[in-house]
Amino acid sequence: MDNTKTARRRPTKELLGIAGIIGFLLVWEVIPRVGIVDARFLPPASEVILALVRDFGLAAFWLAVGETMLAWLIGLVIAVLAATLLGFIIGSSAFLRSFTNSTVEFLRPIPSVALIPLAVLLFGVKMESSLMLIIYASFWQIFIQVLYGVADVDNVAMNTAKSYGLGQFARIRHVVFPTALPYLMTGVRLAASVALILAITAELVIGSPGLGREIALAQSGGAIAGMYALVLATGLIGVLINLVMRFVERKTLSWHSSVRAEVIV
Amino acid sequence: MPSETTDKNNVTKPAPAGRTLQNNDAMLSVRGLKKVYQTDGGPIEAVRNLTFDLRAGELACLVGPSGSGKTTLLKCISGLMAPTEGQVLLDGVQVSGPPKKMAVVFQEYGRSLFPWMRVRENVELPLKNQRIPKAERDRLVDEALEAVGLSHVPMSYPWQLSGGMQQRVAIARAVAYQPEVLLMDEPFAAVDAQTRADLEDLIRTVWKKLGVTILFVTHDIDESVYLGERVIILSSSPTVIQEDLVIDLPAERDQLNTRSLPRFTELRHHVYEQIQLAKAGHRPAAAAR
Repeated sequence: MDNTKTARRRPTKELLGIAGIIGFLLVWEVIPRVGIVDARFLPPASEVILALVRDFGLAAFWLAVGETMLAWLIGLVIAVLAATLLGFIIGSSAFLRSFTNSTVEFLRPIPSVALIPLAVLLFGVKMESSLMLIIYASFWQIFIQVLYGVADVDNVAMNTAKSYGLGQFARIRHVVFPTALPYLMTGVRLAASVALILAITAELVIGSPGLGREIALAQSGGAIAGMYALVLATGLIGVLINLVMRFVERKTLSWHSSVRAEVIV
Repeated sequence: MPSETTDKNNVTKPAPAGRTLQNNDAMLSVRGLKKVYQTDGGPIEAVRNLTFDLRAGELACLVGPSGSGKTTLLKCISGLMAPTEGQVLLDGVQVSGPPKKMAVVFQEYGRSLFPWMRVRENVELPLKNQRIPKAERDRLVDEALEAVGLSHVPMSYPWQLSGGMQQRVAIARAVAYQPEVLLMDEPFAAVDAQTRADLEDLIRTVWKKLGVTILFVTHDIDESVYLGERVIILSSSPTVIQEDLVIDLPAERDQLNTRSLPRFTELRHHVYEQIQLAKAGHRPAAAAR
């Protein structure tokens, strides 16, 4: 009984989701066509989608996507490495935690975009500027999560490891790291979205190469449908990143209670 | 309360002690062990003075009222915590950190087993850490899982198993480690009564098969009498030894028959009385004198 119920509910949920998107596109299509909003500023959905499909055939579009994604990836990787390393070192020591706490709490709330002038001064209109913003913003997301993760290590698990003669390094590898991993994964997932936002922002404002700059160029060139198409493209990239991160999270954390329920029914 | 003042005048006099052995006979020796915790509210004396020996291959149970410093004592013996005074000797060598020849089974199996590792990996980890070759490791893990009756679930995760089975995994991990001394900290306090009886018999079987020395900490009086060759009764905190009792029950024990022996009932009564006395604050003669 229950099985057939859940089996029937699932496709309905997906159908509803698709219906929602179609409904949204319809509303978007109708609003400029009946003239509620000027079609010059909001072209109908069909036009924008057509422009996006046309973009898919252009090498310049893919080059811009590549540049944005490269900045995103390099920035994210550096942030993950730095935040994980520092998080583990600082998280493992009560002294270092207290020593750095106030500094972290001061630096963390500084919005990354406030550093744009500094980035331009330091690096000019290049990818390094984007990287600086991306790394700054995503670093804190991961760092804070790793700190919480390292602090979450179970006393009994630690004593067990000690009593079986696991040394400092083995304990970090077999106890601290797996404990902190779910936190780290959450941090990376949040950071991946933030990094994309900052990548686009930097390109848009600073003019470093990538999708963001293309959006600015399309806007100033009056290619409004093209501009919307690029915005849609950034949205699609965001969705894709989130899907990939969730997939990776589920694979690496199949043992964790937050994932278990979904894996073992 | 008069004992309070005499106690202080008596520091140099011998403390109440459990049975001690000639040096070479003892596998595990606890000598004048004292543990004082430094807290914000001042020092708290958890364990005052404990002395006893475990012969190689002995199965001794340690009982005491709750809060009698059982866990503190075990942490000191296992080298996880340094005693304030006194020492622990394992095979004649002073314990200063977790010794290689010792394994601990904790009460909280759910936290002691690593949820990110499968049953087999959990049992294997300490062996891997010792760089035991793969073939040897596989053999030890297989044997240990077999010994606790879990050879059918090596690829499960601990959290997919029942509480009793999880504690079996923890026992298998200890067995595979091939310790000479096995410390067990109220290992069955969190499992149901029937599973508990099975696990008690499992411990007796494993103990006989491996000839390992076991110190089994429990708050369950029946369990201590049923399992042990000897029961060490602790006083209430600050802890000394209330009594060191030999359990003269037949070596072949059986949940039904052993527990219905008149001698079992007598011993159980005796231990129960001693624990009640300990709870009431009574201290053994040597400590009060």
